[in-house]
Amino acid sequence: MTATKTKPGAGETGTKVMTMIEAITDAMRTEMRNDDRVVVFGEDVGKKGGVFGATMGLFDEFGEKRCFDTPLSECGIIGAAVGMAVYGMRPIAEIQFLDFIYPAFDQIVSEAAKMRYRSGGEYTCPMVIRSPYGGGIRGGHYHSQSSEAYFCHTPGLKVVIPSTPADAKGLLIASIRDEDPVMFLEPKRIYRHGKGEVPLGEHVVPIGKARIAREGTDVTILCYGAMVSVCEQAAATAEQAGRSVEIVDLRTLVPLDEATVLASVKKTGRVVVVYEAPKTCGYGAELSALIAEKCIEWLEGPVVRVAGFDTPFPYTLEHLYMPDEKRVLAGIEKTFTW
Amino acid sequence: MSLELLTVLDKDGKAQKGKDPNLPAAELQKLYRLMVATRALDERGLALQRQGRIGFYLQSTGQEASHLGAAYALKDSDWLFPAYRQPGILLLRQVPIDKVICEWFGNAGDTSKGRQMPVHYSFRQANFVSISSPIGTQLTQAAGAGMAARIRGDDTVFMTFCGDGGTSSNDFHTGLNFAAVYKAPVVFVCENNGWAISVPSEKQTCSESMAIKADAYGMPGIRVDGNDLLAVYRACKEAVDRARRGEGPTLIETVTYRMASHSSSDDAARYRDAKEYEAWKKKDPIARFQQYLKGRKLWNEAFEKECVEGAKAAIGAAVTAAEAMANPGPETLFDDVYMNLTPQLKEQRQELHDLMAKGGVGAEVGHFPL
Repeated sequence: MTATKTKPGAGETGTKVMTMIEAITDAMRTEMRNDDRVVVFGEDVGKKGGVFGATMGLFDEFGEKRCFDTPLSECGIIGAAVGMAVYGMRPIAEIQFLDFIYPAFDQIVSEAAKMRYRSGGEYTCPMVIRSPYGGGIRGGHYHSQSSEAYFCHTPGLKVVIPSTPADAKGLLIASIRDEDPVMFLEPKRIYRHGKGEVPLGEHVVPIGKARIAREGTDVTILCYGAMVSVCEQAAATAEQAGRSVEIVDLRTLVPLDEATVLASVKKTGRVVVVYEAPKTCGYGAELSALIAEKCIEWLEGPVVRVAGFDTPFPYTLEHLYMPDEKRVLAGIEKTFTW
Repeated sequence: MSLELLTVLDKDGKAQKGKDPNLPAAELQKLYRLMVATRALDERGLALQRQGRIGFYLQSTGQEASHLGAAYALKDSDWLFPAYRQPGILLLRQVPIDKVICEWFGNAGDTSKGRQMPVHYSFRQANFVSISSPIGTQLTQAAGAGMAARIRGDDTVFMTFCGDGGTSSNDFHTGLNFAAVYKAPVVFVCENNGWAISVPSEKQTCSESMAIKADAYGMPGIRVDGNDLLAVYRACKEAVDRARRGEGPTLIETVTYRMASHSSSDDAARYRDAKEYEAWKKKDPIARFQQYLKGRKLWNEAFEKECVEGAKAAIGAAVTAAEAMANPGPETLFDDVYMNLTPQLKEQRQELHDLMAKGGVGAEVGHFPL
């Protein structure tokens, strides 16, 4: 099957100030105009435009064939996406909250992730699973968790997490164009916090490239998603106390941009890994191991993890569970005094 | 139809009046030849496993009519999302037998590059989608592919298989439900062979049949004698035509029997009554079809000999060739995880390469634990 490519509409140049959720919609709209193999589906994504509004306007512009509601079954959404992708489409499947993805786990880890490998490259599964994830919205266990590590542990999947509106658009377009299945996890806490300039029309941020969100010389913070802005606040405060903090926004957990991570750690000699998932076996554990393996001799202090606690995600005490500016600052200090 | 058993051939292999689909003689003989070859493939596969020459085998003996009759109702451009007991379809779709047997050995000639256990075939040239071991996942995928075809306006039909055990899986519900809601052109074939490893089909469900489950999804369900090739073909042809006309999916239950153990790792004698086996042996689908051909003067001893010996010779030559073939190269271990190697995979590949170059690592060939 070949794609019918049409040029994006006139006037799609320059930039526009958008929230992250608007940038995500813009990415899908851009790619749906570009490539008729791209379809969007999930629970409530049609007329309603998604519970967070990510698919707003797509049903009206592209019709029910390309933006449609599904029965309430995550296994069905992802299983159908696998079949579509194998057949030659570019499905974007929305899972309403990452906390609800588990019925689809088999289709993701046993099917989508392994299709290319197990068929010797004969069948592939180019699809995007978009899902809001993470805490900070008072959502309790089932609307707050950060389970990215499960997917990072599965060869065959790519895992992408944006932290700014422009990156959300550029990384989502890159994910839709990718030839492999991508878990595109959206930090819902910052869906509407902080607007940013987003290029209109074509805008691709390559998968596998981290971003230096802030330059510094004394200590590196490795983070992603909603934790980036928390770390930026902490860095500004630390600066006043004379600590120069560098922040690496990973953008892509798999494949990790090791070169950028290691270069920053070697430059500063200190590292704090910040993630909101439970501490044990979280993605930060992998980062810590990587640093121990590849640049331990550059370290001036221990690798410090600031993470969620090893509890189920709480409701009332959410503010104590989530890494915040103060905990990040305490983590920074630990790399100096230990 | 979901309770009644659709048959064409009576016990003596005669087509009941008005039910014979009247396939051309050459096609009938071709189907017979394919059934015989499928059984021969099975016998050789198990023997090779018992001799320790391949790691695993999983037989389809007794189910030749069920899957060949079903797939024969498709056009070659239609797609299959198979389970793991339909090898005859590969022969029907003219996958070279050498390629099939290379898969058993997982060697350099295997299209899936030795990545899966034996019988987990993938043949794109035959629109035969890669088989996985988890039960039922292919049912939802077939529904999705059918949805895609409808979106694109293609007239492709998708046929997908599961067993009686598969009807208990999440994906059975999900796949049938999605296909029905979107009127996807899918034919779900549930080969009810009585057993899911050691668990009998009556422990899978309290439904009166598997076909009756279709009612709950708003699609037709048809229960057919799975050891009667012509009956299976008739039921599936009707379902395929419906699907192609845009009228949505159908569930076909083929009532058959798993004549062998679940796999080469299983011994059915531990949990199954020999009398049950003997009773089903009398309903052997190949013998039954042979009777039919005989009645139509399309079968004689010479034809039988040609079918059996032809299959054995082709299989024998393919085994010899496959066994002489090397394993996939060590570097292929890292290919096809993604379209391109990630930096991490490149590094790991180099690490393995360097260790192998020093000697020792990778010298020992793994033994078959199953």
